Amino acid sequence: MNPEFEKIVDEADLPVKTKNDLKKHISDHKISEKQFNEIMERIFEEYGKTRIEPCEAVGIIAAQSIGEPGTQMTMRTFHYAGVAEINVTLGLPRLIEIMDARKSPSTPTMTIFLEEDYANNRDRAREVSWQIEAAHLHEFGDIKTDMVDMHVEVVLNKDVCKKRKISVDEIMERAPKKIRDRGHYRDFESEADPDHLKLFFYPKDMESYQNLFTLAEHVRNVIVQGIDDIERVVVRKENGEYILYTEGSNLKGVFEVEGVDTSRTRTNNIAEISEVLGIEAGRNAIIDEALSTLREQGIEVDVRHIMLVADMMCMEGEVKQIGRHGIAGEKESVLSRAAFEVTVNHLLDAAVANEEDILEGVTENVIVGQPIQLGTGDVKLIAKRTS
Amino acid sequence: MASPKRIGKIEFGLLSPKDIRKMSVRKIIWADTYDDDGFPYPQGLMDLHLGVIDPGLRCKTCGNRASDCPGHFGHIELAKPVIHVGYTRLIRKLLRVACRECGRLLLSQDEIHKVLGPEDERNEDVISEKDIKKERVCPYCGEQQLKINFEKPTTFSEVMTDENGRKIDHKLTPADIRARLEKIPDEDLQLLGINPEVARPEWTCLTVLPVPPVTMRPSIILENGQRSEDDLTHKLVDIIRINQRFKENQDAGAPQLIIEDLWELLQYHVTTYLDNEVAGCPPARHRSGRPLKTISQRLKGKDGRFRGSLSGKRVNFSARTVISPDPNLSIGQVGIPLAVANEMSVPIRVTPFNIEEIRQMVLTGPERHTVNSPCGANYAIRPDGRRVRLSDMTRENIAEMLEPGWAVDRQLRKDDIVLFNRQPSLHRMSIMAHRVVLMDGKTFRLNPAVCPPYNADFDGDEMNLHVPQTEEARAEAFMLASVAENIMSPRFGGPIIGGIHDHISGIFILTHQVRWFDKKGVLYLLRSSTPEHLPKPGKVEEGVEYWTNKQVFSMILPENLNMLYKASSCINCEKCKMENCERDAYVKIIGGELTCGVIDKESIGAFKGKILQRIIRQSGLERGRQFVDDVTKLSIRGIMFDGFSFGIDDEDLSKIEYGQIDEVLSEAEDDVERRIRIYEEGQLEPMPGRTLEETLEMQIMQVLGKARDRTGDIAGRHLGLSNSAVVMAVSGARGSMLNLTQMAGCIGQQAVRGERITRGYEGRTLPHFKKGDRGAQAHGFVRNSYKSGLTPTEFFFHAIGGREGLVDTAVRTSQSGYLQRRMINALQDLKVGYDGTVRTSGGRIIQFRYGEDSTDPAKSSMGDPVDVVGIVESIIVEEV
Repeated sequence: MNPEFEKIVDEADLPVKTKNDLKKHISDHKISEKQFNEIMERIFEEYGKTRIEPCEAVGIIAAQSIGEPGTQMTMRTFHYAGVAEINVTLGLPRLIEIMDARKSPSTPTMTIFLEEDYANNRDRAREVSWQIEAAHLHEFGDIKTDMVDMHVEVVLNKDVCKKRKISVDEIMERAPKKIRDRGHYRDFESEADPDHLKLFFYPKDMESYQNLFTLAEHVRNVIVQGIDDIERVVVRKENGEYILYTEGSNLKGVFEVEGVDTSRTRTNNIAEISEVLGIEAGRNAIIDEALSTLREQGIEVDVRHIMLVADMMCMEGEVKQIGRHGIAGEKESVLSRAAFEVTVNHLLDAAVANEEDILEGVTENVIVGQPIQLGTGDVKLIAKRTS
Repeated sequence: MASPKRIGKIEFGLLSPKDIRKMSVRKIIWADTYDDDGFPYPQGLMDLHLGVIDPGLRCKTCGNRASDCPGHFGHIELAKPVIHVGYTRLIRKLLRVACRECGRLLLSQDEIHKVLGPEDERNEDVISEKDIKKERVCPYCGEQQLKINFEKPTTFSEVMTDENGRKIDHKLTPADIRARLEKIPDEDLQLLGINPEVARPEWTCLTVLPVPPVTMRPSIILENGQRSEDDLTHKLVDIIRINQRFKENQDAGAPQLIIEDLWELLQYHVTTYLDNEVAGCPPARHRSGRPLKTISQRLKGKDGRFRGSLSGKRVNFSARTVISPDPNLSIGQVGIPLAVANEMSVPIRVTPFNIEEIRQMVLTGPERHTVNSPCGANYAIRPDGRRVRLSDMTRENIAEMLEPGWAVDRQLRKDDIVLFNRQPSLHRMSIMAHRVVLMDGKTFRLNPAVCPPYNADFDGDEMNLHVPQTEEARAEAFMLASVAENIMSPRFGGPIIGGIHDHISGIFILTHQVRWFDKKGVLYLLRSSTPEHLPKPGKVEEGVEYWTNKQVFSMILPENLNMLYKASSCINCEKCKMENCERDAYVKIIGGELTCGVIDKESIGAFKGKILQRIIRQSGLERGRQFVDDVTKLSIRGIMFDGFSFGIDDEDLSKIEYGQIDEVLSEAEDDVERRIRIYEEGQLEPMPGRTLEETLEMQIMQVLGKARDRTGDIAGRHLGLSNSAVVMAVSGARGSMLNLTQMAGCIGQQAVRGERITRGYEGRTLPHFKKGDRGAQAHGFVRNSYKSGLTPTEFFFHAIGGREGLVDTAVRTSQSGYLQRRMINALQDLKVGYDGTVRTSGGRIIQFRYGEDSTDPAKSSMGDPVDVVGIVESIIVEEV
């Protein structure tokens, strides 16, 4: 491409995407200066035409654009594209979940990218996955419940420990502690015998068999390696690198694991993202999740609509729900809230607090029968005809 | 006319007993409504001072008749105070935070500082119940506080300790509560977020009850001449009766027990009068057993006052009827039956310039018998605003009297602007402005190409029509809501209007490969389109001129159009053969001339419409509308040229194919059996993270799915483009190859929640199978095709699978409807300011630039601010 043209394009007051598109499309052709000037002129003309007009009711358009295709979406939970092992909620239920700003999604999952050294090596990727996947004690050895001596005996398997890169001592130290902390079960004593790879648990109440079995159950299921919330990890090779897919999500925990590429790793738990990485990250997570949910269903929706919804949800600095307990329930206008849900309570509370409705929004003005303050109804300056 | 006055604001507050007495026009003391002559009792619930509902009577307060009297409030003096149910939570809070003796807030000044900060830095935060510790001592008077218990719906009690150290519940009467609330000083209330000017807390314990005007609770006269009172009146009757008895007993010095009982009864009636759905309180019922609809119920819910009457208003000048298609209309038109057009009207003002024309309309009167008759008028409006119905008797007289200053309600005529709508109105394209065309028949007619935005079809759908009544409304409807303005959807920046079904099949058949038409053929095809001159013929043979099908299509394209893309029948070959594509899927348009490629869904279909989109960007919306009109008409002609039909024999395959299909299916079933055997022998290798059963199920589903696809391939090989179903599937008009597979080849596995059917009897789906049978047939594999017919068990499984789909749709519509309602409510007040920011109605900034680049999605090109490809293609014409 003519470097002179390139310079003009670079300096033009246009969005980056438009510039890149333009460069890409004119570089294949031989064009004269006249043609180039004509193209630039047309682009500026069109760019000017596509600006949004003041007073446009962008909120309503955004809500309609996302809501209208909702009827075309499926209700079913599907398998994740490609990863048959992990179930993910998709379609309308997922969209509702995002808009509801739930604390945790019904199927939390993470996509963990690895740093270069780990991403290209299957064994090292597997090692990282062991650091993440929650492993129960029974996977590391045999557990026997001795009903004669009233204790639970764990015989660790050294090979498994070695394979999964965890030392015997570590397990022996961690298991009893974890049962106390995480399992909230305290009525036992433990004794470690590292030389024979044995670990003993004695219930405090030596009379009750029921107690013994409860203890045995806790011992079996105590998580000694990995991150508690992450139930399963699947390693897959995609685009030449190993990627971990998980069932369950714990962003903070995963970030602390060595080998994880923290800049690309992501979770579908929006609340977690905004908590760990801040509200701007949460806002971007809403956009990404909503957009990919819609796209997966084959529905095209302009990003701008979703951005607006996400910005509205994150306006206060925390992720707010779309609905009664979030944005709609905290609006300033009494009438607007009353017309949405829980009508009577809003009216009663407004009376006590001596609230005023200054009739700026849409519903309020519809209720009192005035033109609404949007679009053509919002134009206040009208030229006087001089005759 | 818009009123120059605006309501500035609405303030909310509580009515004090003083206010209630002040606004009352009559004290109501009698529980009776009408006497034997049907005349309202004075000081009864239907007192004439409260307004009138019977025609002929005059209101004793304002002197107006029923139609003009707005109604006036009365009042009932309650014998003893009662609690307002809506404020029980507030009362509980106040009783807990205020001292039982002196009424001060149970926080010392220092503590208040701690919670709210120093006085000059306080914001809108208020003290909540949690800020005060339980059962403490009042910092002002030193009184020991007691625990306040609240029992639903309206009982409050204090926990006292008697001499023996036992705890007893001491009930607080509403009078006690009122006395305590009265003691709370104004300054302390402000700290609690209550404005004492308009809402003293003791006002929540009612001593006077307002009686709503009769206009708000009209009685209706049944067919048998009996009066039937409104639910509210019934409730008020109960209240007055008990109140009266209460007073009598009180005056007679009745024992405490009786007084308490009556008090509670009065409380119950007032409670249910205000809200008949309170928890812990049996709802008051009508004689028939139906719960009464009292004040709360009137306001609440979908059909309540707020959502039903105030947010959703009824209108005049509207019509509704069934819709049917008419491909000869423009997309911007709507066909209206004469009966509707005669009834609906547009007001026009009489001026010196149109007086003769209007006089003629008045003379014609309200009856118009044919579509082509001149339009008449229904009413004349005199300068003083009175309406006169035009009839045979009056119209000549009125025509005489007509002069500037009058107005006339003219009937609808051709090219009037109307708004057309189909519910559910999910997006703004659900209401668009059309131009009227009068038609015979009784249905609304519309061009099938506008079905996608309305999501309409013609299986009995009905649509609504509204006639804007002012010049301003018409201008806005036409300039903002007309069909042409709405071709581009703001959802994704592409055309939402375009060809559907037969439009696509038709244009596909017409433009596929190369065909030659003689002059007669070309004229037949283009008869109802705009082009007026034929281009140079493509070839001349034996003195006869011939044109290609592509030339015919090019006639309706604008001259400056240059495009290059792949049609939807493209199968994405590894190496594109460009012009030599055997599917003719490489579309090339140069200088408005289609040189190669077939036109199908990608080019003109709704939601896709590449050509349409490019035309709109280059030549504007009006030219786009013109193109849609032309292309739909051309394609209808195109499909009629050859004819197009589909019947049962179009699904016929030959013996060889049936043999192959049978073989494929038997093979697949054997494969399934084999895998089951491996599983039963315990040799199956489970997939990571899956159980053995799950692995087996997945394998079986996969095998059977593949088998079905293979039968489809076999059928597809036999059925070529001569088959109508294939044409429809390939062009994207309707259906897919999967539908064809199911009709001709094999229906395949029926699934519930993505799994094979397993429910039914113990260990088996149906008694036809052995227990534990895991085979294909026993779990819903349908081997037959729709053509060959299903066996009874297959039919049953198919019904199971079909039912799931029905349930799914029903659940989905309600869920997505609610989601949309919530989103609209959350976002409705957002607008772009003159500075390019997006703000809420309160002026809070949501975005500094709309969408980060201020691009209007409706004007964008699939989301891009500039259609770079389009501009480059239009200037650099591709050299062949």
